[in-house]
Amino acid sequence: MSKRKATYASKLKRATHLLFYKRHMRPGVKGWELRKALGSDYPKVLKVLDDYLKALDLQVRTVFEEEKTVENPSIEQLDRTRFYITLRGEITPKEAKMVGWRIDDLAGLAITISYIISKRGKAPRKEVEELLREKLPGWKVGLNVDRYVRYGYLNEDENEQIYLDWRTRAEVDQKALIDLLLRTENTNGKSIEDVS
Amino acid sequence: MQSKREREKTGREKLVRIIETCKSVEQRSLDPFLINIDDNIKTAREYLPEWTLPEDLCLDAETIHHIATVVKLQSEWVKHRSTSLYTDPFLLEEKLKKLSKGAIIGTFVKAWHPLIEFEQVTLHSLAEAINYWMNLLPLNERWKETPPIEVKIGSATREELVQQRILQDKTFSEELNSFWQELKTCVQKKGSEGKVHYWDFVGADTYEETVQRAFMASFLITYGYATLEVRMLEEEMFIKPNEKPETRISAKQLVSIPIPVSVEEWKRWKKGEQQ
Repeated sequence: MSKRKATYASKLKRATHLLFYKRHMRPGVKGWELRKALGSDYPKVLKVLDDYLKALDLQVRTVFEEEKTVENPSIEQLDRTRFYITLRGEITPKEAKMVGWRIDDLAGLAITISYIISKRGKAPRKEVEELLREKLPGWKVGLNVDRYVRYGYLNEDENEQIYLDWRTRAEVDQKALIDLLLRTENTNGKSIEDVS
Repeated sequence: MQSKREREKTGREKLVRIIETCKSVEQRSLDPFLINIDDNIKTAREYLPEWTLPEDLCLDAETIHHIATVVKLQSEWVKHRSTSLYTDPFLLEEKLKKLSKGAIIGTFVKAWHPLIEFEQVTLHSLAEAINYWMNLLPLNERWKETPPIEVKIGSATREELVQQRILQDKTFSEELNSFWQELKTCVQKKGSEGKVHYWDFVGADTYEETVQRAFMASFLITYGYATLEVRMLEEEMFIKPNEKPETRISAKQLVSIPIPVSVEEWKRWKKGEQQ
């Protein structure tokens, strides 16, 4: 193995450790941390890692600070960017159960996120709870919203306005979700297994 | 025809109404285009020449501020509508209400890519943890109760208490009396016509001592051991000791005279005394 290859192999391992293991309260690693650990060519290392992960249906996800994807990010922009490892493809509703979510709770999360996106990223908690109450028992609604906030999917301010938080930005393809929802025909009465 | 007062009242009401409408749009995320900016600006402009009071001008400024916020919201609204993320919230809400839970889940999982993270222990972290454990002191050593410090009971002498400034070596009346005697001596030495300049009496080598002397002098005057003579035109003050303390109530109305004993005053006196 050439010296260059050996260096990259070692950087690849280091990047894997950094990205897979949670080091702070939140998962993921900031660009500047990667630069410090891997050197200034860390975007290249991440690209190689992403190619490796393709076979495992995983990917290196880049979440820019400005929330919008940047075409040719500068070093400064990359430093502030957060990198995560996420699933590349889709999971089935059956698998979602394995991830640790009750199907009701996941549906509630989907509704909440879609509604907030449609309201330009902000909605009063009261309105969200009213919408959830249509299909979830009343006692569960408040608990569920609190749970979504705790997990980092949502954020709530002192005026009881709910916003999308870091986990939604990292895990959910917002545009795809809205497009899919609008295209979905009702499958009322079908069980989750039927859907999957 | 409306009187000026009535017109001002109507104007104020209109501005308050504009502010309230703008606020409701800002706080409840309503469509900002519900507000007619042109009309509101026209109203604000119409009444602007009427305002003379600062409160009314503030109200006008607040109105303009809220109208500007709504214009900003309108711009954001247009930007959002022009993006591919825009969906009519009512349409989406209806859609979400109609869809079954299964359908919603089926759709969501297609756009959801959960994070992958490990929380597994490694050999390295285990080794570090063991090392930490080995160096950790047992709880009974870390949380040792500190025994209360034993203090022997004894008695303090009056001199010790005076030294610690708990007691004074003289009672206040004794101190006041000796200060009165000091004033009398000072008048004999430095004064003329049975009186001495106020600053020549209270002034001392240090500022702290001067303050202390001014404090005592105020009691001498209040309790009738001395009299203060103020010459307004010459801006001079004299202190004159009485032969006996005058305790009778004066026929004249008693007045309080504030005398500033600032560092600057003290420095000025000190300089003058040196010269």
